[in-house]
Amino acid sequence: MTPLFSFLATAGLSVGGTVSSASIHLGLIDYLILAIYIIVVVGVGFALRGNIRNATDFFLSGRSIPVWVTGLAFLSANLGAQEVIGMAASGAKYGIMTSHFYWVGAIPAMLFLAIFMMPFYYGSRARSVPEYLKLRFDEKTRALNSLTFALMTVISSGVSLHALASLMGLLLGWNYEVSIAVSSLVVMIYVFKGGLTSAIYTEVMQFFLIVLGFSPLVLLGLRDLGGWEGMMSRLPETFTHSWKYMGTTDNPMGVEWIAMVFGLGFVLSFGYWCTDFLVVQRAMAANSMSAARRTPIVGAVPKMFFPLIVIIPGMIAVALMAKEGSGYAIPANSAGAPDYNMVIPSLLAHYCPTGLLGLGLTALMASFMSGMAGNVTAFNTVWTYDIYQSYIGRNKSDAHYLGIGKITTIFGILASIGFAYFAKSFNNIMDALQLVFAFVNAPLFATFLLGMFWRRATGNGAFLGLLSGTVAAMIFHGLSLTAGGSPGMKGGWLHPVFSFRSEMALNFWLAIVAWTTCFLITISVSLATKREKSDSELKGLVYSLTPKTYDDEKHWYKRPAILGLLVLGMTVLLNILFW
Amino acid sequence: MKLDLRLPIGILFLALGGLLAGYGALTFGSEMYKRSLNINVNFWWGLLLMLFGGLMLVPALLKAKGDDKSTRPPEAD
Repeated sequence: MTPLFSFLATAGLSVGGTVSSASIHLGLIDYLILAIYIIVVVGVGFALRGNIRNATDFFLSGRSIPVWVTGLAFLSANLGAQEVIGMAASGAKYGIMTSHFYWVGAIPAMLFLAIFMMPFYYGSRARSVPEYLKLRFDEKTRALNSLTFALMTVISSGVSLHALASLMGLLLGWNYEVSIAVSSLVVMIYVFKGGLTSAIYTEVMQFFLIVLGFSPLVLLGLRDLGGWEGMMSRLPETFTHSWKYMGTTDNPMGVEWIAMVFGLGFVLSFGYWCTDFLVVQRAMAANSMSAARRTPIVGAVPKMFFPLIVIIPGMIAVALMAKEGSGYAIPANSAGAPDYNMVIPSLLAHYCPTGLLGLGLTALMASFMSGMAGNVTAFNTVWTYDIYQSYIGRNKSDAHYLGIGKITTIFGILASIGFAYFAKSFNNIMDALQLVFAFVNAPLFATFLLGMFWRRATGNGAFLGLLSGTVAAMIFHGLSLTAGGSPGMKGGWLHPVFSFRSEMALNFWLAIVAWTTCFLITISVSLATKREKSDSELKGLVYSLTPKTYDDEKHWYKRPAILGLLVLGMTVLLNILFW
Repeated sequence: MKLDLRLPIGILFLALGGLLAGYGALTFGSEMYKRSLNINVNFWWGLLLMLFGGLMLVPALLKAKGDDKSTRPPEAD
């Protein structure tokens, strides 16, 4: 699960409970479709194995991937099944407002990464995001970031695996063990053989599979409802506008525009898209600086239109329930409330005959698997370069690190399986762990922003800033509660002081508090401590000390700044259109 | 040279589309299309997938052929 979205518990996926939904029966043709997909991805792994000659090939794809591939992989690494299912769930709960996760959340951050931050990631020749922190700040800042990141990725991968196995058990009656064994074996084979390139290639295939597997749902749903107008007329008024009801917290999300723009748009989204190695690694695999910078922009274009495929199904589900004689209802959970996470699976069952059903389920499974592969590749890179090479086995040969990377792949997958079983038995502990990671991630963007744009920021400042931001997040969480909630995992465990209308509002404000604390403490401590790095050491790592020679593409359509402005303009237009 | 990604994408979608369209062609008028609003979605969507697969595969094959010619040493006759 991506940290940003696991943070937003409202968009999270929990399939632990018993859901009374009609099980889906697959035909031979559906199994054939799944089998073809597995054969092709495993085949890609084998076809790529000849390209893995050294550690750079394995961890960074030899920095040789064309931009349309890295761009789609960049987008797709985040497009796990949890996101597809979670966004459809939000679409059913909040309507068009859910698009803020895309048009306010993701896209501005992706463009900022492309235009302003990529030159330092790619140009510094750092091999990972934690390594950038080491070059820019110091060892302890890197250690803090790499250890939490490594643990977080294997846990996410485990959660993803658990969600896949539970969902398949629920929908198809598949055995939990078999689902886990088959999917992790497939991922292990293709990552082990082809490294990052394999993961990136399958992410792109999964992207097309999701688009082509889920768009029939949208087309059939809209046709059934009598088109766009037919859908909109059956939805509550608040579902049909993205901004109109954001002036106060009196809307389905319970969030007002300030929390939305600063909490989600600025702190959480920039923190995720600009610093999470899982996505940044895709851009670092690009074949030139210009391609690395265009990677997030290329990803932003389809991202802009993704609400069509992932949010509209949720709205279709709600409108369909309001339509006479549709015979459709969102399945209820054990408590009798609608289980919004079942929107996508139940629509698949409602509209898709065997055949197309297999395609949709294969797309769903492919996105679980590629989410796992993304986590595993980010994990093995950070483990090998930032932990093993830094603290355990220094100055070894390249072949040695390649071997470590391969072993780490196997270990990472075994650890994921372990965490999947852990999540199965101790769901609450997993939730708590993910909450701790949310605290760790919330302040992160302040550190990078100061690091890249203020040469005076010091290692001690960054380290203490991060720690105090995390502690501030924790304390704020302990003091805040949602209206009507009881103290516990959802906040207020210290002493409820602040009250919020929704969990989402609480999370957005928590992020703002953590970010601001980190920002202010980093500045204060930096000013109070000596600079450890000279201007010449910071060349290529800090904006003001780096020569701006990278935007030298001859054609305007290859220049990141111009492309970025175009995409930004289109995003603004979408916000206005759906105002 | 690295594997051209358009190749496996093309193969995947030609195979998936072929399977769906073929199955759709055999099941015209079947009861099961009631749920898809009486449209044989397997057939039509299968054709679309094949089209997409073809659009990926053909340029990749043409490029591979071109590269092959340019890198092969001239043959003596």
